[in-house]
Amino acid sequence: MQLEARIPGGQLSEKWDRHRFELKLVNPANKRKYDIIVVGTGLAGGSASAALAELGYTVKTFCIQDSPRRAHSIAAQGGINAAKNYTNEGDSIWRLFYDTIKGGDFRAREANVYRLAQISNNIIDHCVAQGIPFARDYGGLLANRSFGGSQVSRTFYARGQTGQQLLLGAYGAMMRQVAAGQITMYPRREMLDLVVINGKARGIVVRNLVTGEIETHAAHAIVLCTGGYGNLFFLSTNAMSSNVSAAFRAYKKGAGFANPCFSQIHPTCIPVHGTYQSKLTLMSESLRNDGRVWVPKTPGDKRPPHQIPESERDYYLERKYPSFGNLVPRDVASRNAKSLCDSGKGVGDTGLAVYLDLSDSIRRDGKDIIEKKYGNLIQMYEKITADDPYETPMMIYPAVHYTMGGLWVDYNLMSTIDGFFVLGEANFSDHGANRLGASALMQGLADGYFIIPYTIGGYLAGTPFEEVNTSHQAFKEATQAVKTRIENLLSINGKRTVDDFHRELGLIMWDYCGMSRNDQGLIKARGMIQELRAEFWENVVVPGSSEDFNQSLERAGRVADFIEFGELMIIDALARKESCGGHFNEAYQTEDNEALRDDENFSHVAVWEFAEADKEPVLHKEELIFQNVELTHRSYK
Amino acid sequence: MTRTINLTLKIWRQKGPEFKGKFETYNVRNISTDMSFLEMIDIINEQLTLDGKDPIVFDHDCREGICGTCGAMVNGRAHGPEKGTTLCQLHMRHFSEGDTIVIEPWRSRAFPVIKDLVVDRSALDQIIQAGGYISVNTGGAPDANTLPVPQEIAEKAMDAAACIGCGACVAACPNAAAMLFTGAKVSQLALLPQGKPEAAKRALCMVRKMDELHFGNCTNEKECEVECPKEISIVNIARLNREFMKAGFFSTVP
Repeated sequence: MQLEARIPGGQLSEKWDRHRFELKLVNPANKRKYDIIVVGTGLAGGSASAALAELGYTVKTFCIQDSPRRAHSIAAQGGINAAKNYTNEGDSIWRLFYDTIKGGDFRAREANVYRLAQISNNIIDHCVAQGIPFARDYGGLLANRSFGGSQVSRTFYARGQTGQQLLLGAYGAMMRQVAAGQITMYPRREMLDLVVINGKARGIVVRNLVTGEIETHAAHAIVLCTGGYGNLFFLSTNAMSSNVSAAFRAYKKGAGFANPCFSQIHPTCIPVHGTYQSKLTLMSESLRNDGRVWVPKTPGDKRPPHQIPESERDYYLERKYPSFGNLVPRDVASRNAKSLCDSGKGVGDTGLAVYLDLSDSIRRDGKDIIEKKYGNLIQMYEKITADDPYETPMMIYPAVHYTMGGLWVDYNLMSTIDGFFVLGEANFSDHGANRLGASALMQGLADGYFIIPYTIGGYLAGTPFEEVNTSHQAFKEATQAVKTRIENLLSINGKRTVDDFHRELGLIMWDYCGMSRNDQGLIKARGMIQELRAEFWENVVVPGSSEDFNQSLERAGRVADFIEFGELMIIDALARKESCGGHFNEAYQTEDNEALRDDENFSHVAVWEFAEADKEPVLHKEELIFQNVELTHRSYK
Repeated sequence: MTRTINLTLKIWRQKGPEFKGKFETYNVRNISTDMSFLEMIDIINEQLTLDGKDPIVFDHDCREGICGTCGAMVNGRAHGPEKGTTLCQLHMRHFSEGDTIVIEPWRSRAFPVIKDLVVDRSALDQIIQAGGYISVNTGGAPDANTLPVPQEIAEKAMDAAACIGCGACVAACPNAAAMLFTGAKVSQLALLPQGKPEAAKRALCMVRKMDELHFGNCTNEKECEVECPKEISIVNIARLNREFMKAGFFSTVP
C-alpha cells in the first residue's frame, strides 16, 4: 500500500489555488459521459451529488433511508464554523486553521485543514443563497455564537437545527438535479460491497432493502459518504442505521483505514437511564455558551441541586481552565466529567452525570432570550427526562458522538484505491485526534460542494478507462460473496438476537476503548471481542428471509462488521503509545491528567491495510509534517 | 419517578403492498415509563425474534425527533397523543396501567403501505422536486452579508423550515392533503428575498404536482396543525394560497 498524500507545493495559503490550476479539467460537453456513484446523502453525499450533477456529470446516488433528506447530519444542532470575522473579534482563515489543527491535537494535515478554513466562507455564502434561514441580528445581518476550543464567535446557526437546515438545502439542490435528470436517486439501498477492476473502483453491490434484491451498479468513480462508526458502541448519539459496513467493505477491498481509535466522546448528552435504552441524545455544545457546568464539592452529596449553596458547588471547568472556561474542547470537558464522577461527585440516580445549569443566564438575560436560543433543545430534554431545565439544572454525561478516524484519503480525497473517493465523517482527513464543535458540518459541505467537484475532474481527465459494465466477472463474484454472507447469517438460527450481541460489543468497547484506555484493558477487550465474534457466527438468530423487507437481517450484517471493526480499533489504540485528543491512554498523561502526546514517535497517521481474514492488519504510516504551526502542549488554561 | 406498566397493543401487520393486513394483539408487561415508544416496540421485536416470529417492521432512525423517518397512528392520532412530539420522542409515561394502544401505519392514498407500519412517502420528495428549492448552482454566491434579511422574516422562514417531512399532516388530514408540507416549503422560500425570483413558478408547480400525486384538497380542518410534531402553523397554508393566487393572476409561467 502506497500512501501518497499528494499535497501540492508552495506556501500553505497558495496550495489550493495552485492545485486547482494544476488539476486537469473535463470538457463541459464530456462530463455527462462520466458516471459517478455517490453513496450516502448526509451533508457530504448530498452536497457532492448536487455539485457534481450541476457540473453535468451523470450521477447515481444511493441512501439507506427512505428519502435523501434524512441522514444523520440532520441531527447536528449547534452550528457551522466559518472565518468570516463578521463579529470583528480578529478572526481570520489563519485563526480558524490554527484553532482546528490545535483542537485536533496536531494529528491532522496542515494543508487539508488550511483548505477547510479557506472554503468555510464560501459555504456560508452558498448556503445563504440557497435560502437557509440562518439566525440574524436586528439589522438583518448574520448572527454568530461561540463553540468550544475557540475564543471568537464564528459559528453560524439556525436555532438548534443547523444540521437540518443545511441538509435540507443540499437535499433541495439534489431534488433540483433529480428533476433535471442529472441525478438518479436510489433510496432504501445499502451498499454491501465495492467492485474493484484492474486497480480502479468501478462499481458497487447494493441490497434493495424493500425487496431484498441484490443489485449491481457500475461507474467511472465512486464517492463514499457514509458517515462515522460511533454506533460500534451500541449507545451513541448516532442514528440507529449509522454503520461502518460500506467503509469496512472498502477496507477489505484495499482501502487503508486511518486512525480508527480516534473517537469523540461528546461531553453534553442526556445520561443513560436504563438497560432497554436504544440510543443517547446530545444536547448541543452551544448550551455551554450560557450554561455553567458544576458538581457538588463533597463526594456523595445527594441533596437536590437548588439546596446546594454556591459555596459548596465546584464549577470545575471555570476553575481549571479560566481562559476557556465552560468552552474547553470536547475531549477535555468529557474527561473532566468522567474523572469527577469516578471520584464520587457525580449526580443523579446513577452518579454518572454532572449539572449543566442555565439559571445564571436566565437571571441575567431573561427566560425569553434563552428560549429563543435553545428552545428546541430544552424542549427535547424535557420530553426525554420529564425535568424542566428552566427550573432545575440539566444533567449531562459524555457519550460517543463522532469518529475522527476513517478511510485514508489523499489531498484529493481519494483513498488508496484509484477512483474511490471518501468524503465527510467517513474519511479521516481534517479533525486529527479531536474534532472541534461546529466543524463537522463545515467539513462535510467543504468536501462535497467545493473539493470533490475539482478533484474528481482531475482524476477522470487524467485516467484512461476501459469499458466496464455490470456483467463483468468482478461484479458477479462480488454479488455471489454478498449473497453467501446473507445466507450464512440467516442459516445460523442460534439463540441470541442481533441487538443482544451489539449491546455486549458496545459495553466492551465503552469499558476498555472509550474515554480512557490502558494497554492491559485493551488486550483483554481484544480477546473478548474475538470470543464475541466467534459466538456471533454460531449463535445469532436472524428471522425472516433474504427476499423481503428484513430489518433484522440489515442489522445483523452491520453488527457483524462492527465486531470485526472493533478489533481493528483496539489494535490501533494499542499501537498508538501516546495520548492525544480523543485517544487517552492512562499511561501517557501530564501531572494534571491532561493528554500527553509523543510528537517524536507518533506524529503520524496510522493507516491499516487489510490482510487476509484472521491475519494481523498491516500498519503504514503517513508522517505529518508541520511547517506552519508549532507543536505545543495543548493548553486551555 | 420510574414506574412500570402493563399494556395491550393492537398493531397493524401487513406482509406487503399486495397483501391484506390485520391487527395482531400483543400483551406487554413491565414497560418502564421512562422508555420511549419505539424502545417498547424494540422489546416486542426482541421477544418475537426469540419466539421465531417475524418482528414488526417500522421506520425509525435518529430517535431524537428530527429526521422525520418514524411515525404511526397511535390510537388514531399521528405520532400519538402528545403535542409537538414525534413517535420516537413519545415516552411511555404518557400512558397508564392497563391501557390498550392501537398502532397503525399512516393512512393515505398517496402513501401506500410497504410492510407493517412502513409506508412509501416518496410522493413528498416528488413535490420538492417540482420546485422546493432555490435554483442556485454551487460557486457563484455573493458574500452572505450582502443580502440583509430582517430578523422577523428570518424567524418566520425558520418556523416554516422546521418541517421534518414525516407525513403526519397528510395522515391526520381527512382529505389526505399535503398542504401543510407544501405550504411550509413555499412559505420558507417565498418569505426570503433569495426565493422571490422563482416564487410564482414554485407555487404553481408544487401545487400541480401535489394534485397529480392524488393528495386531497385543504378544507380548513386544521388537523395537520394539531398533529404536526414541529408545530408548523397553518398560516403557511394561507401563504401558499396567496402565492398560488398571485402566481395565477400575474405569472407568465405556463
